[in-house]
Amino acid sequence: MKSAFIVLVLVILTSAAAAVWLRKLVHAALCLTATFAGLAALYLQLGAEFVGFAQILIYVGAVAMLVIFAILLTRNAGMTPEVRWSKHSGIIGTAIGLLVLGCLLISLSASNGIRLIAANTPEPTINVQRMGEQLMTRCVLPLEVLGLLLTAAMIGAVILAMPEKHGEGLDSDGRKIDEL
Amino acid sequence: MLLETWLVQLKQWMVNLFPAVWQPGVGSLVSVTVILGVFATLFAVATLLERKGLGRIQNRPGPNRVGPFGLFQPVADGIKMLTKEDIVPLTADQVVHFLAPIVLLAPVTLAFAVIPFGRNLVPIDLDAGLLFFFAVGSAAEVAAFMAGWSSHNKYSLLGAMRAIAQMISFELPLVISTVAVIMMSGSLSLVEIVRAQDGGVFGLIPRWHVLTPWGLAGFLIFFTAALAESNRSPFDLPEGESEIIGGFMTEYSGFKYALFFMGEYFGMFAVSGLATTLFLGGWHAPLPFLDRTLVPSFVWFFGKLLLLLFVFIWLRGTLPRLRVDQLMNFSWKFLLPLALINLLVVALWRFTASWPLAGRWALCLVALAAPFVALGAALMRHRHWKPRHYRYAR
Repeated sequence: MKSAFIVLVLVILTSAAAAVWLRKLVHAALCLTATFAGLAALYLQLGAEFVGFAQILIYVGAVAMLVIFAILLTRNAGMTPEVRWSKHSGIIGTAIGLLVLGCLLISLSASNGIRLIAANTPEPTINVQRMGEQLMTRCVLPLEVLGLLLTAAMIGAVILAMPEKHGEGLDSDGRKIDEL
Repeated sequence: MLLETWLVQLKQWMVNLFPAVWQPGVGSLVSVTVILGVFATLFAVATLLERKGLGRIQNRPGPNRVGPFGLFQPVADGIKMLTKEDIVPLTADQVVHFLAPIVLLAPVTLAFAVIPFGRNLVPIDLDAGLLFFFAVGSAAEVAAFMAGWSSHNKYSLLGAMRAIAQMISFELPLVISTVAVIMMSGSLSLVEIVRAQDGGVFGLIPRWHVLTPWGLAGFLIFFTAALAESNRSPFDLPEGESEIIGGFMTEYSGFKYALFFMGEYFGMFAVSGLATTLFLGGWHAPLPFLDRTLVPSFVWFFGKLLLLLFVFIWLRGTLPRLRVDQLMNFSWKFLLPLALINLLVVALWRFTASWPLAGRWALCLVALAAPFVALGAALMRHRHWKPRHYRYAR
């Protein structure tokens, strides 16, 4: 069990580091996908089946594709341009990293899970059915709010992508394009 | 009884030959070997069936030179693929180009792990089996992109973009049409879903999901989306030979090409198996009393699977290829709303459980058919059929 954990962590850290350092953006995106998959494997190893599969479905299947589309649809898709590091960028980067770490540590130590582990409570058996019941009863408000947020984001994206009214359905020569 | 259980007993006997520490590992190894063997054979058979079937549809005999009735054609194909030169373009991204077929085939093969092939004949019964199936299926998009981008060929990249756009668009109706089944059977486990379709009305009409109004609509939506997900005709735009040579597979040759081909077929088998499990009663016999006869349950399962494969081949021989915009319109404006409406209908079906059967059927059919007709009419309203003008082809 422990060796599996070490192997997974090594894979995750290596691919994450590669995602940061590789020169080609597409390579970086593929390494990031590998990191997502590794995290999913970590969830599975911890016995969180549903979260692990959802992680693969959403991150490997959708988020990674979004990243790749974003890279391919912008210019300079091949290489990252040569970056001139300023003198302070190292210090600023470290500071931001430490800040994020601090935030995570504070919120983690405040969470219920740490106390439960410390008190050696037996881990509850979580199956999909119980998670569904919780989502539909106790957590129904956050779920609805999330749904509303995503719907708003989607409508915004559709409005951004909508063609201008005056030239609708016409090609560059002003001829009408058949749709279906 | 022996016919039914010999596979499970054989596995148990083989596992017991080993010390207790190794037994879980050996058990998995046996399952993996059987799955790979069975589906690799099915792959060979399916290529032959497809070529023969397409041949008959096009009024020609199909392969008939190698062996009796051309039966050894898959063997010849296999040897040809294995001995062909493996060409990698000089400008290709060597590592990604090499990895792409593996990233495609490995997850697709994993998908077989949760499908119940027969009574007690499921490699692993996961609590969230259906989610596992879709999770591993989503890796195919990454593989298509890797293949298309790493080849450094415009046709490859075009094919990859088409493939990804198509898979993302059709994944939604595919998944949502299965949610209806989850709502009725109350489980994500495929074994539980098959169990929910046990028995029959009057011992004659099986309780398969496809024989309910929501199940029929769900099955049709699922099958259409599955056609697109496995890049089969009429949705074979990602590899449309007449437009973009071979899509993301253009720069692949030899055994790597065979792996892509195999991945596509395996995807087709897996999704047909899932359709069988979700809507066609899984390993249950078409008539409930036949379940208690000598015929083993996996025979029924593979019979249904082959029937679905036949429909795949039949459609390929019959329908012309769609255009990209038609494909997208079809998925987002037609299939997805219908799949969502189907969710409402399945709720309606569930809450009218105490009604007489005819009334339930009529209500649900109307609830499905009215939006179907309305959507179709709305989408076709402004279509005027006249000679077309294309920007680049005059």
